[in-house]
Amino acid sequence: MSTVAAFNKASPLDALQRWLPKLVLAPSMLIVLVGFYGYIFWTFLLSFTNSSFMPSYKWVGLAQYAKLLENDRWWVASKNLMVFGGLFISISLVVGVLLAVLLDQRIRREGFIRTIYLYPMALSMIVTGTAWKWLLNPGLGLDKLLRDWGWEGFRLDWLVDPDRVVYCLVIAAVWQASGFVMALFLAGLRGVDPSIIRAAQVDGASLPSIYLRIVLPSLRPVFFSALMILAHIAIKSFDLVAAMTAGGPGYASDLPAMFMYAFTFSRGQMGMGSASAILMLGAILSILVPYLYSELRNKRHD
Amino acid sequence: MQRKHHDLHLHNNKKRFPSMNAITRLAAVISFASLLPLSAVAADPGTVEVLHWWTSGGEAKAVETLKEQVKKDGFVWKDNAVAGGGGAAAMTVLKTRAISGNPPAAAQIKGPDIQEWGALGLLTELDDVSKANHWDALLPKQVADIMKYDGHYVAVPVNIHRVNWLWINPQVFEKAGAKVPTTLDELFAAADTLKAAGFTAFAHGGQPWQDSTVFEDLALSILGNKGYHAAFVELDEQALTGEKMVEVFKTLQRLGTYMDPNRAGRDWNIAAAEVISGKAGMQIMGDWAKSEWTAAGKVAGKDYLCVAFPGTQGSFTYNIDSLAMFKLKNENDIKAQNDLAKVALEPEFQTVFNQNKGSLPVRQDMDMSLFDACTQKSSVDFKDAEKGNGLQPSMAHNMATSLAVQGAIFDVVTNFLNDPKADPATAVKQLSSAIKSAK
Repeated sequence: MSTVAAFNKASPLDALQRWLPKLVLAPSMLIVLVGFYGYIFWTFLLSFTNSSFMPSYKWVGLAQYAKLLENDRWWVASKNLMVFGGLFISISLVVGVLLAVLLDQRIRREGFIRTIYLYPMALSMIVTGTAWKWLLNPGLGLDKLLRDWGWEGFRLDWLVDPDRVVYCLVIAAVWQASGFVMALFLAGLRGVDPSIIRAAQVDGASLPSIYLRIVLPSLRPVFFSALMILAHIAIKSFDLVAAMTAGGPGYASDLPAMFMYAFTFSRGQMGMGSASAILMLGAILSILVPYLYSELRNKRHD
Repeated sequence: MQRKHHDLHLHNNKKRFPSMNAITRLAAVISFASLLPLSAVAADPGTVEVLHWWTSGGEAKAVETLKEQVKKDGFVWKDNAVAGGGGAAAMTVLKTRAISGNPPAAAQIKGPDIQEWGALGLLTELDDVSKANHWDALLPKQVADIMKYDGHYVAVPVNIHRVNWLWINPQVFEKAGAKVPTTLDELFAAADTLKAAGFTAFAHGGQPWQDSTVFEDLALSILGNKGYHAAFVELDEQALTGEKMVEVFKTLQRLGTYMDPNRAGRDWNIAAAEVISGKAGMQIMGDWAKSEWTAAGKVAGKDYLCVAFPGTQGSFTYNIDSLAMFKLKNENDIKAQNDLAKVALEPEFQTVFNQNKGSLPVRQDMDMSLFDACTQKSSVDFKDAEKGNGLQPSMAHNMATSLAVQGAIFDVVTNFLNDPKADPATAVKQLSSAIKSAK
């Protein structure tokens, strides 16, 4: 009855206007709360239990974390993520910026070339991984091609070499992502006021130093967006590894995400899998929180 | 009865309040409508939902016969095939459904996993079907024990795979002048001859389970039945760290040098194709490899040979596929489930399914003349192995240990085989510590 009373006071439309945004947002809010934060909390709980192939709630304290840190495969996976993430992000940025600067020179057929470089981003990592698996396979890919062409001594067997396989992942991932970084920077470059460049030219600055000292520093926000997106791709690149090496040879190209999946879902060690997921979350937060903090603080100063 | 009473009650309400508004009327319609499907289900014959990953060509054909049989008995078959990851994807689906209290009637679960699901109290006891169809008499005792939880049948076995096989292309052996090996020394001699003649000695795919299949065969050959059992079933510390285990790893490393260096990530059927096409001489693989030879139109005993892995004659490492049955509520569905359990062990399905899978029927009273030379040999070897202690569960195929321990062994073995500089003595230490932390 109380709702009827409320309707009588204000016009129904006003009430609707007041409630509509909340109503529309409620489902997505609920999904985020339950599906995201709820399950983070659940995973956090499970990482302190002895959950095997089904969740259980027998408390074992930090035992799962201790086991995880003793596990050689986990360390291989973490080290791989550092190497892969570091190389992938830096090479993609360098290649992307270089392509963007070159494309920015008002060349002919720019649209066509831009599309070519951007196209790999339209593929899923599964396709990229499978294609590069064939290209880099010593028995049937580039290696065989070059030897069939007469370069007998050529050897590119990184994909089957446990020490170098992680670089193969970097090659494939850079191929896919650098076009996207190029597009981001190209958009940024187009936003730079041409009169600044002309002024620098009048002052006698060379083109490289104009780009290095004036244009690129002014693209700091673009740089940070690109970094965030690439870091994101690096940490979640489960599909690339799954398609390209499946973690092999041995487990030499394992990444934490693969590790987490294997232990939680196929090996029935849900407690340990949850512990690894929480450590991954911790690693991401330790990068993200200082960044967000510095970004938000800068805003306040503006 | 209760439902009827509810209807009457609603009816009374209607009479009492003739000026019922639209919303209540709508609610009434909805509640009536929602009752309808319920009664429709009651008239329905039982449905049996089967969660499995028999999705490859031959396997799908085999499942089709099971489906036809169940349909012929008047029940509805609801197929739930989840491909991918060697069953890992299907297990994820199964776990999700079991947690939400809605498991399928039957699911492809095998080995020690049956015990784990049984311990969760989710599996149903098949006492009526098993007694009526004399399962205890039909099935070998060791197989029956795997299917039982707490003394009751909770799963029905469909086939027995033999893992310790060596597949040979006799044409390649003839060209190279190699002899069919019966001991490990002869195996390496044959490999040397093949290598010298320009063939790949062993076709192999560098995936953890394939690496571990080879490792397991070598362990059985070197440690013997008792040693194998102590190491991989009892997880006995001494057997796992002994001198003999170091020798197993040494031999594995040596065997690895005869494999294609570009094998990382290759699927087993691609490796099998290398032997079929005559590029390689041998493959160490379970009897599902036969399905590839059959698909290529080759005849067992003539175009290809199957011999027990050298040094494991008289032993039989088994990998048994089975359907575990879950607790259901609906009477008719339970009838359908029991029918499925009955049909799965009937000779007709056993014949077609095992002809397609390359495995051995679980029933011991089958006419073996319907099968090829390899399965016939498998059947004879099974009966021999059963007499002594030659019948051993396959570690690499999740019949011997929990998945966690199996995974720990996989990690050590595959890492060892893929690192040419690896040290066997270190590997043995890693193996025992990995198993300890996974237990």
